[in-house]
Amino acid sequence: MAEEILAKIKEKFSWQILNIFEKSPRRAYIDLKPENIKEIVEFIFRRLRARFVIVSAVDTRNAIEILYHFSFDIEGKIITLRTKIDKQNPEIESVTPIIKGAEWIEREIYELLGVRFKNHPNLKRLLLAEDWPEGKYPLRRD
Amino acid sequence: MAKTIIPIGPYHPLQEEPEFFKLLVEGEKVLELEIELGYNHRGIEKIAESKSYDQVLFLVERVCGICSTSHPFASVNAVEELADIKVPERALYIRSIIGELERLHSHLLWLGLAGHFIGYNTVWMWAWRYREPVLDIFEKITGNRQHYAMMKIGGVRRDIESDDIPEIWKMVDGLLPVLDMFKGVVMDDPVIHARLKGVGILTKEDVFEYGALGPTARASGVAIDVRKDDPYAAYPLVDWQVITQEEGDVFAKAVVRILEMYESVKIIKGCLDKLKVVGGEIDAKVKEIPPGEGIGRHEAPRGEVFHYVRSDGSNRPVRYKIRAPSYMNVPTNQKSVVGGTISDATITLAAVDPCYCCTERVAVVDKKTGKKGLTGQDLIKLSQEKTLRIKREMVV
Repeated sequence: MAEEILAKIKEKFSWQILNIFEKSPRRAYIDLKPENIKEIVEFIFRRLRARFVIVSAVDTRNAIEILYHFSFDIEGKIITLRTKIDKQNPEIESVTPIIKGAEWIEREIYELLGVRFKNHPNLKRLLLAEDWPEGKYPLRRD
Repeated sequence: MAKTIIPIGPYHPLQEEPEFFKLLVEGEKVLELEIELGYNHRGIEKIAESKSYDQVLFLVERVCGICSTSHPFASVNAVEELADIKVPERALYIRSIIGELERLHSHLLWLGLAGHFIGYNTVWMWAWRYREPVLDIFEKITGNRQHYAMMKIGGVRRDIESDDIPEIWKMVDGLLPVLDMFKGVVMDDPVIHARLKGVGILTKEDVFEYGALGPTARASGVAIDVRKDDPYAAYPLVDWQVITQEEGDVFAKAVVRILEMYESVKIIKGCLDKLKVVGGEIDAKVKEIPPGEGIGRHEAPRGEVFHYVRSDGSNRPVRYKIRAPSYMNVPTNQKSVVGGTISDATITLAAVDPCYCCTERVAVVDKKTGKKGLTGQDLIKLSQEKTLRIKREMVV
């Protein structure tokens, strides 16, 4: 079952996938280019009906890595889509129009790492105070 | 009819936690709900980057004051997945016992609060009275009523002595008639039916769209439970069932939580039986954490806790991401509260068993000075500066 999911994703997006890393039978990471993220998120969420878990963002000093975690609950598997975006111009297409549950986490990554999510319906601060200075991102490493 | 905004918060008068709900209402009907957060933002993800893996467990234990073992549980799962550590069997049973005792006291706490919110204070007093013996057992076996510090990478910190087993058994056995009573109170009381049935309905589709978790999802007929779906600790080794209800209203959420407590008792008894026969070590030797990444999950009383940890081979994580269940459950109120009446809003908002300290964790560190957080003096200074600034802007 679990292999079938990866096979389906591989078959449909063979030319977009940069790399697949299967850490264990229950954890897989798929590397992608930022421009392909939205399309594959839509496929995994809408067609394969995976549960959206969360998005993690990591400042790796020369790029910002964004990881979209999806859970296939029946198979007990987590598939993570991973992409790297330019730190000078951190911008990526929002997935909130597809997944309502992603609204808060994209806002959080926006305020803490300064990533701009294009076409996000409500891209404003979530946790930081109103008088926190503009352009200062607590989770950045610079 | 004119539209009015009703503010609940920033300090919730009933839940006594800092969050802010803005209800846009027309007459009695709620048209829109806006949720504001950030009053409880402590910067735990950032602080975790400056702690060793052992210290991180103590730190994440303090993410939540109610389900305090949930975060260390997910954390050890994440680090053990990252470093491929095999945990001795005895430790697995002890972990599950701690996890389930916690579910018992957390669900009893919620049940009491739910009673309080609808003005049924007898339930509140009873539920909290019967929560006490669970906390006493925690004190007996871990030394603390809350923040048990039992989790350790590779195992658990303390053993459960065979002398303590009869006492734990007696306590959980003593809970069964209490649960029967609460089941009766909820299922047979016409007032509770009138107050909770058909109120704050969350559909299966809403659960999927918002990624809702735990009892909030299971009350809408979505049978997700990490303990079954991605088995860990002793959950695959003992007999128990995932509880679901179909209706998705507040009543169903209450029923799910009450029935889940029976399953917790079952799991605890199953684990205690095994503890009598499974001996051996309670922790594995852990040498070093290799570079890589790990994902750990635990089914907390409120739903799945998700931890993502990345290591560069040093003794500290380079990134530590925490996702608490309330982070996904609280936004579902935009579906369940809207369309209902104001009087139902308080109980519906409380029905997801929200935990605000879990929802807000991230970081405030001054990179230049390396100073973390703010002292009392800093806060007074900031407040005075702001007053001055506002005065200037208003030309007072």
